[in-house]
Amino acid sequence: MQLPAKMIHSLFLVNSSGDIFLEKHWKSVVSRSVCDYFFEAQERASEPENVPPVIPTPHHYLISVLRHRIYFVAVIQSEVPPLFVIEFLHRVVDTFQDYFGVCTEAAIKDNVVVVYELLEEMLDNGFPLATESNILKELIKPPTILRTVVNTITGSTNVGEQLPTGQLSVVPWRRTGVKYTNNEAYFDVVEEIDAIIDKSGSTITAEIQGVIDACVKLTGMPDLTLSFMNPRLLDDVSFHPCVRFKRWEAERILSFIPPDGNFRLLSYHVSCQNLVAIPVYVKHNITFREGSSQGRFELTLGPKQTMGKGLEAVLISSQLPRGVLNTNLNPSQGTYNFDPVTKLLSWDVGKINPQKLPSLKGSMSLQAGASKPDENPTINIQFKIQQSALSGLKVNRLDMYGEKYKPFKGIKYMTKAGKFQVRT
Amino acid sequence: MSASSAFNDEKGGSSNVGEPEYGHDPASGGIFSSDYKRHDDLKEMLDSNKDSLKLEAMKRIVAMIARGKNASDLFPAVVKNVACKNIEVKKLVYVYLVRYAEEQQDLALLSISTFQRGLKDPNQLIRASALRVLSSIRVTIIVPIMMLAIKEAASDMSPYVRKTAAHAIPKLYSLDPEQKDCLIEVIEKLLADKTTLVAGSVVMAFEEVCPERIDLIHKNYRKLCNLLIDVEEWGQVVIINMLTRYARTQFLNPNMNESLLEEGGGEKAFYGSDNDDDTDDEEDKEEKEKKKTEATAIVKRKPYVMDPDHRLLLRNTKPLLQSRNAAVVMAVAQLYFHLAPKAEVGVIAKALVRLMRSHSEVQYVVLQNVATMSIKRRGMFEPYLKSFYIRSTDPTQIKVLKLEVLTNLANETNISTILREFQTYIKSNDKDFVAATIQAIGRCATNIGEVRDTCLNGLVQLLSNRDELVVAESVVVIKKLLQMQPEQHSDIIKHMAKLTDNIQVPMARASILWLIGEYCEHVPKIAPDVLRKMAKTFTNEEDIVKLQIINLAAKLYLTNSKQTKLLTQYVLNLAKYDQNYDIRDRARFIRQLIVPTDKSGALSKYAKKLFLALKPAPVLESPFKDRDHFQLGSLSHLLNAKAGGYQVLPDWPEAAPDPSVRNVEVKESVPEWTKCSSREKRKEKKADKPFYSDSEGESGPTESADSASDTASGSESGSGSEESGSGSESEESNEESESASEEDEEEEGKKKKKNVEKIKARKPVPESESEPSSGEDVKKSEKKSKPRIGSSESESEEDDDSESESSESEEEESEEESEEETKKKKKTTASKPPSKPPKKENKKEKKEMSLLDFDDFDPAPSPSQVTPLNNFLSSSLVTDLEGLSLTDNVLSPTTIIPSGNLKTYELLHRITGEGLSVEYCFSRQPFSPDPHMVAVKIQFTNSATSEAKSLHVEDAKLQSGMRIKEFPEIEVLPAGETISVVMGIDFCDSTQAANFQLCTHTRKFFVSIQPPVGELMMPIFMTENEFKKEQEMLLQSLGQLMGMNEITEKLTLEEKCQGEHAVVQRVTTAANLSRVPCGSDKECSPPVPPPPFPIHRFAGKTVTSGSLVLVSVVTKEDGAAQLTVNCEKMVIGTMLVKDIHQALTQ
Repeated sequence: MQLPAKMIHSLFLVNSSGDIFLEKHWKSVVSRSVCDYFFEAQERASEPENVPPVIPTPHHYLISVLRHRIYFVAVIQSEVPPLFVIEFLHRVVDTFQDYFGVCTEAAIKDNVVVVYELLEEMLDNGFPLATESNILKELIKPPTILRTVVNTITGSTNVGEQLPTGQLSVVPWRRTGVKYTNNEAYFDVVEEIDAIIDKSGSTITAEIQGVIDACVKLTGMPDLTLSFMNPRLLDDVSFHPCVRFKRWEAERILSFIPPDGNFRLLSYHVSCQNLVAIPVYVKHNITFREGSSQGRFELTLGPKQTMGKGLEAVLISSQLPRGVLNTNLNPSQGTYNFDPVTKLLSWDVGKINPQKLPSLKGSMSLQAGASKPDENPTINIQFKIQQSALSGLKVNRLDMYGEKYKPFKGIKYMTKAGKFQVRT
Repeated sequence: MSASSAFNDEKGGSSNVGEPEYGHDPASGGIFSSDYKRHDDLKEMLDSNKDSLKLEAMKRIVAMIARGKNASDLFPAVVKNVACKNIEVKKLVYVYLVRYAEEQQDLALLSISTFQRGLKDPNQLIRASALRVLSSIRVTIIVPIMMLAIKEAASDMSPYVRKTAAHAIPKLYSLDPEQKDCLIEVIEKLLADKTTLVAGSVVMAFEEVCPERIDLIHKNYRKLCNLLIDVEEWGQVVIINMLTRYARTQFLNPNMNESLLEEGGGEKAFYGSDNDDDTDDEEDKEEKEKKKTEATAIVKRKPYVMDPDHRLLLRNTKPLLQSRNAAVVMAVAQLYFHLAPKAEVGVIAKALVRLMRSHSEVQYVVLQNVATMSIKRRGMFEPYLKSFYIRSTDPTQIKVLKLEVLTNLANETNISTILREFQTYIKSNDKDFVAATIQAIGRCATNIGEVRDTCLNGLVQLLSNRDELVVAESVVVIKKLLQMQPEQHSDIIKHMAKLTDNIQVPMARASILWLIGEYCEHVPKIAPDVLRKMAKTFTNEEDIVKLQIINLAAKLYLTNSKQTKLLTQYVLNLAKYDQNYDIRDRARFIRQLIVPTDKSGALSKYAKKLFLALKPAPVLESPFKDRDHFQLGSLSHLLNAKAGGYQVLPDWPEAAPDPSVRNVEVKESVPEWTKCSSREKRKEKKADKPFYSDSEGESGPTESADSASDTASGSESGSGSEESGSGSESEESNEESESASEEDEEEEGKKKKKNVEKIKARKPVPESESEPSSGEDVKKSEKKSKPRIGSSESESEEDDDSESESSESEEEESEEESEEETKKKKKTTASKPPSKPPKKENKKEKKEMSLLDFDDFDPAPSPSQVTPLNNFLSSSLVTDLEGLSLTDNVLSPTTIIPSGNLKTYELLHRITGEGLSVEYCFSRQPFSPDPHMVAVKIQFTNSATSEAKSLHVEDAKLQSGMRIKEFPEIEVLPAGETISVVMGIDFCDSTQAANFQLCTHTRKFFVSIQPPVGELMMPIFMTENEFKKEQEMLLQSLGQLMGMNEITEKLTLEEKCQGEHAVVQRVTTAANLSRVPCGSDKECSPPVPPPPFPIHRFAGKTVTSGSLVLVSVVTKEDGAAQLTVNCEKMVIGTMLVKDIHQALTQ
């Protein structure tokens, strides 16, 4: 008996209207009709994100991810850890984004040759080969205007002729021979607060996740260490492979040779022993009355525990019940929009002025004769707080070893709402 | 961040990469209209000699492929460009080839030679991509070529190429599963590779080709564990999954005492000592000793102590929970779930909960696994209960899974919070989710007695919900709950009876009817009335409802026939004429049962028992129960069905297999040529065979195969030590108790020695197996085996050895079984069993010896063969030069006889050759009939029982230009005899194999001889000045790029090989070159700094074309060295560098 070869067999890219606009096979060609099973599942799913990530078909398994309204459908023939495929597909999307700035159908179609070259390098026989963006960029240079012009004149190509040095080195994420005139290292500490607030305004669950995104443009092979004032805050962390785990375990210091360019150094979770400060409150009064074709809608926002920093880029969105035909609301500031088809209400509040709290008041018109909706809508809030990490995490110092020059260092803090919901 | 925005700006320009394709036809259909024309101009572009046009054409073709358009008719035009200089064109051609080669096999073959050339390219990226494409072309004809290429790449210098070789293995396997055995050899070799780059890929190949060969892992287990953290992410996933399976076969269940804990408090303490490796080790081994002898039942009661290797795995995977890659985290999580002691599994919860914040697809998979885990290890996730709370924005499939987890986590303490959460969920607009929530409430109610009433009340309230689906689901759940305590809930049943007027969902109606029928005694007044109503609507009901109406009628008839007799008859009559035959059948059956007639059988007496029997309450189980018999994180687990290629996770063994199989030798080295083995060694082996099968029954059979695997010898040593007499055993355990796990290697060495002694002791007197070895013998063997095992072998010692041994060997060859010979044999056998490295060492010594016994070697010597090796380099001249060059005397022997470490290669194995085994070696002598040929000495051994007749060569299939000069036919080779002949092959200065048939009077065997590059040349004599001159000439000859003909490589000499003598010896072993006498250095190059680094120069010319081959090795401090090869033939130069590099560094 011949066991079928494992891992990823083929990849289909499907757009939101159900067209396959790109296919790539790493082994024998799999007919695109295999995607019919996917389309079936797509039809069955009420929402695009409800398509099951794993669909078994008689001869294959389809594992898909949805990103930027494109389904990346991988065809698998036999046992493989599903997360392996899912994680890889996400990595593919990240790479496209990195290369083309956006990962849209148009961008992929425009760069179809580069896409193909990338996929060829990323997978060999369905098994990941080079997924590190620094390595890929040495193999296949991202398309730029300048390079295209130069290439047409000189006849040189976008494809590297040498094995990327990273492949063989102990630091595969960093290419060698990096040179910059301005040596800079920027770190963004971004925290997201996920919360569910119940009707009465009490917190059901709240947690803080943070990431440290870095943009490092340093010459040579710098060896960086980053230490925190209060590392104990970090409850659970996951690292970029460049971080030396032992050092962290022993000293709670991040020591690493950074990749060149943008990367995520660290993701962390803040231990929620002490209660998380909720920076915003919502007063709401949303009522539907039985038999009436009118509903009341009142919403007031206010800051709370923001450590003196202002709430910015506040955006409210809510999925109103199906019975709501239209709304007639007045925002005290910002603009609001209601889509009668999707029933999605969104209110772009902007900045909150503590002196004059923003509110949205008015009425909703309901379908005549329909019964009162069971559930009041949930309110999703987005906001940003600049220059502050909600958990209080602070970077103590950043040092560089291994190179002689003095880099420019910058650290920025920000807090954002993650999945912040208020039940009404 | 800033970079990505930069791309945004540049995107506008980037679009013209694929523009010609898309610019013209925005709609996908457009391409067909102008298909033919388009293809014509594509062909033209491909045929042009401008790279830019070709590139343009290829880009358009690739764009076509990407959209699934057929571009196969362009195959001939495209394949021509496979050798294009432009690397981008080349790559795109590769893309095309891989896509269409399968469909156009004949044409695809045209490209093969390009890849073969690419395989020898000095650029590792090109070598690797040539192998990648070659192995991706799914054309069966090239299987042998692929096999060869993979084998070669597996010993490439570049780890990247080796990685590619590992990738190619599954490709070849899926193309031709018959190659499995050969591929396993390659896998075995690559598994021993120490670079992290290769590790993941080779384990992947292992998993696809031979996952059942768990024995291949033993020796590499610790290495894999230790490398793991540095392997790239994808490799980590594969390795961790494989090691999970491995551990399940090799270690004991760490939770085996779980059930025995109540037996005594003492047991618990042992968990605490888990981390203490040192004591563990000792206890562990002792324990295992006992286990061997005691019945397993007793063993079970023994305190469990974790194998240090088991601990190693757990320890080394733990940091990977911090990986950014969800697949890695999941892999570690499942490893811990399946392998860790219960108390330690908890660490994975945090990491898994972290993954829940990732993309929804990741969440989906993780939640499935958490759902399974939370059934077995609920406590682990309890602290994270709130992380599973559901948000209105979650996709339904995520909501349902979270609900599942919440239900699994529910217990007496948290149920109230969970129920409060559930209350909000019930109000959701997502009705599927609401239905799932109601089910979940039902499950909580059955599992937790305290809240049953609360839940039931809550569900009853839902019965007045406006949404029918909600009510229906509630009814179904309530039905199940009521079955548990029907007596107390007659009012609920009454309430539900009323619902029949409103609820239309069939399942719910059926459930209500069933309930009323089942508990009609609790609602004696309502039940008949319900039946009355139902009878009215019977014809309009759904089938399941109809069945339940009949059921209800029957039950009422049995309990309350007075009131319901007519009704029942009416219903049964209606059912009799129903369209559905199930319903008709049921009606007929029930009528016979309940209505007593004359004809009714004996069964009707039992009708009451049949219908009104007490029914056990249903158990509401999680769909994830017992799903953990699938390895978590696997596709099969996710689907709850076995996916193709799924490897079952084995159960823990009752008793742990021998842990010593994982011990690794002191020195690890991979033989360069897996096939090769010296004549002597082979001979010894054959001699050993009966001995092995006599003394050690189990290892005998494995030994009979020619390639005794590592593991065979490993286990041999293990079992050997266990079998040994009681005296040595106690000694051994003493030793072991002192040694910590880190000292394993040393210990292994000791064991081996001991084993060796034992074997030696047994040899002369096979009957007295357990007798302690005599002191004399031990000493000798120890003396012999020490330098072999220890890696510090001084030159002089080796010389001595080889000399004395060679004298011995002369005797051996000429005389019959002399005393001397048996001793020697013992020696070699003694060093053989332990493992590879000693073997190799041994081989070398023996090879030297073989130099001197040439005369015996060749029973029918041809004139050319008797002449000394470097006969053209007149020996007198050499001695003259020696005087001139002022070299150390030590060196002289090597200069005269470039230590002919002749490697012997196998041409035909004894088994495949049906008793005839054929080996060959490159005798390094000029082939007198034709100086352009390489002399190959072929030795036939007939180990069959009958004689072989008329051995000759036939039907040579040679690459163009290659020639072969056959040896004269051997008429008869009697059984047991050996004969050697010489043939000449002109390899055309390439390492292509010469394929031909070797014929006997009965059979034909296809064989091939492939020369190492070092054999393609012959030594020439040159003075240093000449050497330098030639070197310069070569460098300038093409008047072009410097370095075209020069390849320089820096390397670090192996410790043993830093001496001058060793360098010379190793180089001359690797290549047939002669040494350029040095010393004149000082005369002609005064600017050399005072302590000049010694330069060793070697010269030769290729056999066929006579191109010069100049090699120089400059040694510096600390073993650093620089190797320079000058040769017009670039390919030869590159390969030579590779070979010499390997010879010097290993």
